[in-house]
Amino acid sequence: MFRNVAELVELANSQNKKISEIMIEQEVTVTGRSKEEVIGFMDRNLKVMEEAVERGLKGVTSVTGLTGGDAVLLQKYIEKGNFLSGETILDAVSRAVATNEVNAAMGTICATPTAGSAGVVPGTLFAVKKKLHPTREQMISFLFTAGAFGFVVANNASISGAAGGCQAEVGSAAGMAAAAIVEMAGGTPEQCAEAMAITLKNMLGLVCDPVAGLVEVPCVKRNAMGAANAMVAADMALAGIKSRIPCDEVIDAMYRIGQSMPTALKETAQGGLAATPTGRALQAKIFGMPLTEK
Amino acid sequence: MKYRSVFDIIGPVMIGPSSSHTAGAARIGRVARSLFGREPKWANISLYGSFAQTYKGHGTDVAIVGGLLDFDTDDKRIIKAIEIAEERGMKIRFIEEDAVTDHPNTARIIIGDHNGELELVGISIGGGKIEIIELNGFELKLSGNHPAILVVHNDRFGAIASVANTLAKYEINIGHMEVSRKEVGKMALMTIEVDQNIDDTLIEELEQLPNILKVTKIVD
Repeated sequence: MFRNVAELVELANSQNKKISEIMIEQEVTVTGRSKEEVIGFMDRNLKVMEEAVERGLKGVTSVTGLTGGDAVLLQKYIEKGNFLSGETILDAVSRAVATNEVNAAMGTICATPTAGSAGVVPGTLFAVKKKLHPTREQMISFLFTAGAFGFVVANNASISGAAGGCQAEVGSAAGMAAAAIVEMAGGTPEQCAEAMAITLKNMLGLVCDPVAGLVEVPCVKRNAMGAANAMVAADMALAGIKSRIPCDEVIDAMYRIGQSMPTALKETAQGGLAATPTGRALQAKIFGMPLTEK
Repeated sequence: MKYRSVFDIIGPVMIGPSSSHTAGAARIGRVARSLFGREPKWANISLYGSFAQTYKGHGTDVAIVGGLLDFDTDDKRIIKAIEIAEERGMKIRFIEEDAVTDHPNTARIIIGDHNGELELVGISIGGGKIEIIELNGFELKLSGNHPAILVVHNDRFGAIASVANTLAKYEINIGHMEVSRKEVGKMALMTIEVDQNIDDTLIEELEQLPNILKVTKIVD
């Protein structure tokens, strides 16, 4: 069983396999399930992701009305063709937003690695799909590669906003997505690790400060930027750019930053954007009462 | 290692909006229900830390109650769980606690009916994964990811061996096991995670063993 990214990359290289294959083999060993079962289970999760994105692209509104409709706005903007960044990156952002809008509307999603960060991995997957034309099997592999990196973060740091801030949620999701994009685009296991490191480095310190404690503001837009971050980092790694700080050390830094982050900034709705005048006003409006500052 | 499966990371499939505060909360409730063995008539649910601060926004309340109604994390009825529970006559009370717990997402659930009650403490550690850390005053560590047997027994020699022997007779493999007690020589709790679901005949047989007081199971 791999315990860190270095071991994961070493396993893949020594056996001349992809990260996704190592993850599938480990899952078979740990659970005693057959390879077909494990792949079938991931296929089911992929279907849930596809349905969530489709639903979000038709336009949803959350129960509070705080979020919804932005995925549609961005798709319409892309169709006009006057965008400044790039079509794939904006498509990834739009699909990430779609998933999180469905999540905020208490719809059905697949946590990757959490619900609050569920947009990044499917958003990037379905956007690069248009560019790389993967088979169904390769799309499933994308999720195993993302899962392998998430597995390391979860066991060595955290994937919980309450424990480690948003860097642990959207930061982890973006790193996982970047690594999976690289593998799908034909990059090496090392390049996957570089992409993860570059992404996570740029999400370090990100706090979890949801307005009114809801997984809406700023979570939906953090998923948007997580997807954008993952796309750019994947391109950088594929270009041959390396992270000076090894991936495992970045993950460790993320853990330590999370430990020293004040509780007010770890999913308690007490600090950051949640504590702004507008954040407080929204909170009071949604819950129909003035809320005390705890 | 806290996380063992890739599906702890890519998954669960769930009703939004939060894996820890919605899906994890539902799982804690469902483990309580599974251990209680029937639908409770009342529930007192204490929330700590981030759970206490943000439960309304995350649907933690409906999710825990959904779990008590035996709904899975992707069951759309979770959204209306409190209404459904009230229709079925379940009395529910939520308590926002100020006390600081080791883990920010902690819930203490006390459920019961005229035949008995059960108290457990669960934590939601991220991505929908949970641990039950206390049951009826016993400390334990239970993930709820595997079928499990919980055996309350007298703290005497041979009690563990007799349970293990019975499991061996039924060709049941033990994946993880731990024993916890409040005081030496009094009551103790065996937590045994196994690979397959256990049938009731085995549970009945275990209950007949000397020094065994009560056996409950968690199904996968």
